[in-house]
Amino acid sequence: QGKFTLLRDTRTDGSFLVHHFLSFYLRAGCKVCFVALLQSFSHYNIVAQKLGVSLAAAKERGQLVFLEGLKSCLDLLFGEEEEQSGQPSPLQFISESASNLKALFDFVQTSLTPAGSDSWKGPVLLVDDLSVLLSLGATPVAVLDFIHYCRVTVCSQLKGNIVVLVHSNEDSEDEENELVVNSLCHHSDLILWVEGLATGFCKDVHGQIKIIKRVSLELTAEQDLVQIYQYKIQDKNVTFFARGLSAAVL
Amino acid sequence: LVFTEEDKYGLYSNLLFKYFLAEGVVCGHDLFVASAKEHPDNILKELPAPLLDDTYRNELGEEATAVKSEDFEDSMKIAWRYQNLPKMEASPTTSTKFGHYYDVSKTMSSELFQSIKWHGFYLPEELSFQPKMKTCIMNSAYARLLQSIQRIIYQEGFDGSDPQKKQKNILRIGIQSLGSMLWGDDICSSDTPEDIHSLTRFLYVLRGLLRKSLSACIITVPAHLIQNKAIMERVTNLSDMVVGLESFIGSERETNPLYKDYHGLVHVHQIPRLNSLICDVSDTKDLAFRLKRKLFTIERLHLPPDLSDTVSRTSKQDLAESAKLLSSGCGAMAIGKKHLDF
Repeated sequence: QGKFTLLRDTRTDGSFLVHHFLSFYLRAGCKVCFVALLQSFSHYNIVAQKLGVSLAAAKERGQLVFLEGLKSCLDLLFGEEEEQSGQPSPLQFISESASNLKALFDFVQTSLTPAGSDSWKGPVLLVDDLSVLLSLGATPVAVLDFIHYCRVTVCSQLKGNIVVLVHSNEDSEDEENELVVNSLCHHSDLILWVEGLATGFCKDVHGQIKIIKRVSLELTAEQDLVQIYQYKIQDKNVTFFARGLSAAVL
Repeated sequence: LVFTEEDKYGLYSNLLFKYFLAEGVVCGHDLFVASAKEHPDNILKELPAPLLDDTYRNELGEEATAVKSEDFEDSMKIAWRYQNLPKMEASPTTSTKFGHYYDVSKTMSSELFQSIKWHGFYLPEELSFQPKMKTCIMNSAYARLLQSIQRIIYQEGFDGSDPQKKQKNILRIGIQSLGSMLWGDDICSSDTPEDIHSLTRFLYVLRGLLRKSLSACIITVPAHLIQNKAIMERVTNLSDMVVGLESFIGSERETNPLYKDYHGLVHVHQIPRLNSLICDVSDTKDLAFRLKRKLFTIERLHLPPDLSDTVSRTSKQDLAESAKLLSSGCGAMAIGKKHLDF
């Protein structure tokens, strides 16, 4: 409850974790607000069906609030003037010169604040992925402010969880992105860091995942707990195993 | 969204661009061609002619039979365990036919064009129109291009907005040399460009348009000219597939014995991972291309046998350096750190 999880990938694609968390929280009966900036709804829907969850059904019964970034952006830029209802678009910052993400935050807040008749367990905010906001013109400070506001609302006030995906690279030249990622790392309760193997490409082991539990944040003078596993992605599943013990080797 | 990093002189990426469009013509798709430097009419006149099935099979078949007849004679004596392994296929086999093959020495006949509908966007001609979109978002040339694409998608019903249209077709979009100075963007000429988000915003909106409609797009970009590498990282993130072409013209690799059969390398930086958890990765990451008289082929790069008598230290070092650069993996599957070497 009230946890901020950071999904971080380096030189590989960590989106399988996003799919996992999405189906996990939906199955657990939480109300999920999914800010999907990079892919279309049907992409997530098809993968979720493989994992056993139907996103369309979840949307119907109000459990899932889905913001399809690509579609929203098109509506904003190409939409007719009359179509825009009283509510401003969540991605308004793209067309305005002021780059604050307040409209996006308002959208998240309205989606996750429980209405009287809701019976869902804890709200969850899922973002895929945050680095796109920088590409669209938001300043790093604006992005961090947005996350901060979300934390206050979702984690502290509503006792929900937040899961955010970012891309990073050790020798990256994208300073703005690195700034955001480093800052988020310091404030996260749990970091799942997905990386490629140090030895290069391998058919049977797709990469390694580092799980960092930020116990040090709890001021009990303990150090962070770090666990490392390797994984292989299959069509409907991801298998994790201890380092060096992939099925291909045993 | 296929993103191609151009090679230094743009020769080979242009070829790839034309192949994409030619495939569209042969399959009966509609085309949308955008360029700031060449008029789309001229681009379309230079598309390669498709090869009829028989001629191609004959060509490939000749080479294959020539090789086979030698093999049966000698069986391996020392490394006999390798005998049982399948022969490495350098080029795609003729048994799996996907797409068409083209003859680069001939241009496509105009009869083939008559059957398809195509739209062109030539920047110098479009400058008189005012874009409807607010221009503070991005470079006005990009804005105009997006507007044009969106209009075509909507009018021709590629986004399913016209339920009466029975025949569903695909729109193939080709955009040449995006990001170059001809489009009014200064990312290729300065380290701190005026509007660093122009290109990325353009790509995001384009991605939205592609996802919403039945279209596919190839973009070529002179990546070697872009000073700010952060932009390239962001652009890679926003594209489905990223391929880089590196030609050997004018570089020291031209004389490297490792590459003597080829004209350049193909770097696959990212492959699409759509609608599934995994992506379809091929076994090998080292691809090279060569332009024969009639065909442009992409093959696996394999090291020639090290048969020289005088194997000096320096030449071995060069080969080792090149070999290290080869297996650098691609972005969708993991890339390892570079400090390990064997």
